[in-house]
Formats: sequence, structure tokens, C-alpha cells
Amino acid sequence: MNGIGGRFGRIAAPLAVGVLMLVAWEALVRIEHIAPYILPAPVAVAEALWRDGPSLLGSLMFTLKVTLAALAAAILLGGALAILFAQSRLLERCLFPYAVVLQVTPIVAIAPLIIIWVNDTFLSLLVCAWIVAFFPIVANTTLGLNSADRNLGALFRLYGASGWQVLRLLRMPSALPFFLAGVRISGGLALIGAVVAEFVAGTGGAETGLASRILEAGYRLEIPRLFAALLLLSLTGIAIFAVLSLIARRLLAHWHESALPPEE
Amino acid sequence: MSLLGPSGCGKSTLLRIVAGLVSPSAGMVRWGEDRQAGGIGFVFQEPTLMPWASVWDNVYLPLRLQGAGRREAEARIASLLAAVGLAGFERVYPRELSGGMRMRVSIARALVTEPHLLLLDEPFAALDEITRFKLNEDLLRLWQARRCTVIFVTHSVFESVFLSDRIVVMTKRPGRVAADVAVGLPYPREDALRTAAAYAERCREVSQLLAEASR
Repeated sequence: MNGIGGRFGRIAAPLAVGVLMLVAWEALVRIEHIAPYILPAPVAVAEALWRDGPSLLGSLMFTLKVTLAALAAAILLGGALAILFAQSRLLERCLFPYAVVLQVTPIVAIAPLIIIWVNDTFLSLLVCAWIVAFFPIVANTTLGLNSADRNLGALFRLYGASGWQVLRLLRMPSALPFFLAGVRISGGLALIGAVVAEFVAGTGGAETGLASRILEAGYRLEIPRLFAALLLLSLTGIAIFAVLSLIARRLLAHWHESALPPEE
Repeated sequence: MSLLGPSGCGKSTLLRIVAGLVSPSAGMVRWGEDRQAGGIGFVFQEPTLMPWASVWDNVYLPLRLQGAGRREAEARIASLLAAVGLAGFERVYPRELSGGMRMRVSIARALVTEPHLLLLDEPFAALDEITRFKLNEDLLRLWQARRCTVIFVTHSVFESVFLSDRIVVMTKRPGRVAADVAVGLPYPREDALRTAAAYAERCREVSQLLAEASR
């Protein structure tokens, strides 16, 4: 394949745009003599990243730990809740509205409460990130469990399948694409949740996440370092999304439309 | 036996009642012997396969639901896949198969429990004529080897005459039995029958009955 539709186009075209923008940015800062505490040039950001990289990476690890733990909790609890909902319509009717309430309440608004209630810093950040991350998984998986093929369901009944067999062999596989789509959304949300919660909470202990570093750099007007931290945060978000997409693709490769290569 | 009638006359509903998937609003189904899970095979209008499972696993499903192990199912599934012309496709996923081949998987799945009663709900309606003819012949062959009772729902006169020794014609709303025709053409029937005079004559008669029933 060649041309802009091919591999070259998919990777090189956005890359070229990015490089062009960076060059323009650098030129703008130099020509206009913009102060680094207002807008640092890309080269200055790169220098900050090089200099503060090791300590920023430590903070990144902390944020990443919160994010991944929250995502894991969201997957486990969200998946379990969706299965409960699928087993009983009554339970779904009773509890789903509260899941929505949890979802629509801004995390910034409830984070202070959670920080008061949960003593441990790590745990309180985890709970905040989890609240943001778990809803897409619950909603998507519930939808998926309920959209199994009706005729296949009839077939299972015809052969006297047990409720567990229907769940395990029919509804869970049917829900897998929906579940994975939910996980992909939640991965990004968990990171956002972890950062937002840390903005509100700060970190009391020896470990600090990237959010605290961003705040600190802002207070000290060390804007290049702030940009470097932002860059790390974006890269982390992209990496999480890419990894989750890859997993989804692998798991659905044999059968689901979404995982098929584009038609020639 | 074929159930023949205009669309919307309740053929499929009747079939689902027989299968026990729908309960009748009145009346009952009388059985010659005890009903048991796996005693009935059902083929839907669409292949209705599990897209996430291979051909082998799709055919294995009814046995699995009844608690049979993979090992003991091995031989039966192999011979059945060979009988429907799908030997060598065990590891293939449904989306890689043509419509006709998917239908063959669906038929193999219905037969895997060795049912006494096979119910087919317009299984070939969505297929092209060449594939349909081929599947008609294969279905006859499978039936001759097994001799289970088959109820075949269709709206095609030609198909019903070609396949069945008895055709029940149903009327349009309300769905009642309009005629019960004995076809009386000898088995085994082969492709040559499609051009035989006796076949054409039968088709003409049944067409007439269907036209009256649809009025």
C-alpha cells in the first residue's frame, strides 16, 4: 500500500504536522521574545524534561499506580455489578440511578469529602479515580449482557441450559466487545480521576504524583517543567489507550467486526 | 412433513410452540413419547451461530449444555461435519464461511444430539437458488440416514414438494389448516426429480391449494 491511505500516511502525516507546529512554536517564541514563564519554547521544555526527568518519572509512577489500581478496581467491581444487573432487572432498576448519580457528580466536588473519609492518601486518590472510571464499564457491560442474540437464547433454552451456562457461554461472550469498549474509555478516565483528585488532595506522604508537581511548578513559575509534566501525562494517557486498544483487538481478532482489517 | 403457507399465517409461531419456546394461548401439544432436552433439533431462518466460537465449538454447544465432555463428543462431531460437507473446517470461525456453509453448521448443530424431531424454520429462505437446491438434496440425504421426524416451514411450493411426503397448507389470518396433502413421490429423490412430470403436477396442485388458502 502507498499514498496517504497507507502506512506512511497514517503515521507520517500527523507526525509531519506535529513537527511543523513545534517549529512554528519555537520560531514564534524566539521572534516575539516571549518570556519562558508565559510560554516556554519546545527546546526549553525538552531541557526541563531532560533535567527533571528522573524525579518527574518517580511522580509519574505514583500517578500511574493510582490509575492502574483504580482501573483494575473499576473492571472488577464494574463487571461484577453489570453481571448482577443482568441477572436481575429489579436490582438494575434499584441501583442504576445511583450509579448515574455517582457518574454525573463532578469528582472535584466530592473529592474533599472522600479525602476526609478515607485516611490513607493513596486509598483516597484511588477511590476518586475509581468513581470516575467505573461507570462506563458498568453501563457498557450491562448493555452488552442484554444484547445477546435472541434466537441463540432460544436455542440455549431448548437444550435446557442453566442460568450459569447462559451467562458464561452466551451473555458474557456477547458482552465482551461492549465491555472492552468501556474499559478503553475508563482507562483514560482513571488517569484524569487520579490527577484531579491529587489536585484537590495534594499528597501528604513522601510520594507525590504528577499533579502535585504541576501545581508546584506553577507556583514557582517554572513553566518549562510544568509543560514537561503535562507532556508526560499526555504520553501516559496515550500509552494506556494504545495498550487497551491492542488488548481489545487481540481478544476480538477472530470474530468481531471492529477488529477486522479494513476492506481492500 | 412441510408446513406451507403465506407469510404471517403463524407457521413459525407453530414451530416455536412445538419446540416449547413459546407457550400456546390455548390448546396443547400432544407427544407420542416423553419430551427431553436434546430430543428436538431446531434450525432458525438465520444460521444463528456464536460468532466468537469456531465451527467445532458451535456444533459442540448442544452436547456441552448437556454436560458431555469434549473427548466423547469428538467422534460424533467429526462424522457429522463430514456428513454436512464441512470436514476440515473445524477451526474456522463463522464469519469466514459463506451463507450456505453457515447453514450447514447450523444443521449439524441441530443434529448433534440425535433428535427424534427436527424443526426447520425457513432455513434456506435467505440463500440463492443453487445453494438452496444443493442443501435440499443434502437435507434429504441426512434425513434418509437418520429417519427422524422433520417439520419444515417454508413458503416455497417447490421446496415443500421436493422434500416432504406430507404437506400441511395453512390459511392466512387466522392461521388454520387448509389442506393436508400426501405427496406420494418415492424416495430417494434426486435432482432429476425437479424436471419430472409428476413433480410438476404435484407442484401445480399444491400451488392451487396455497392460492386458495392465501385468499
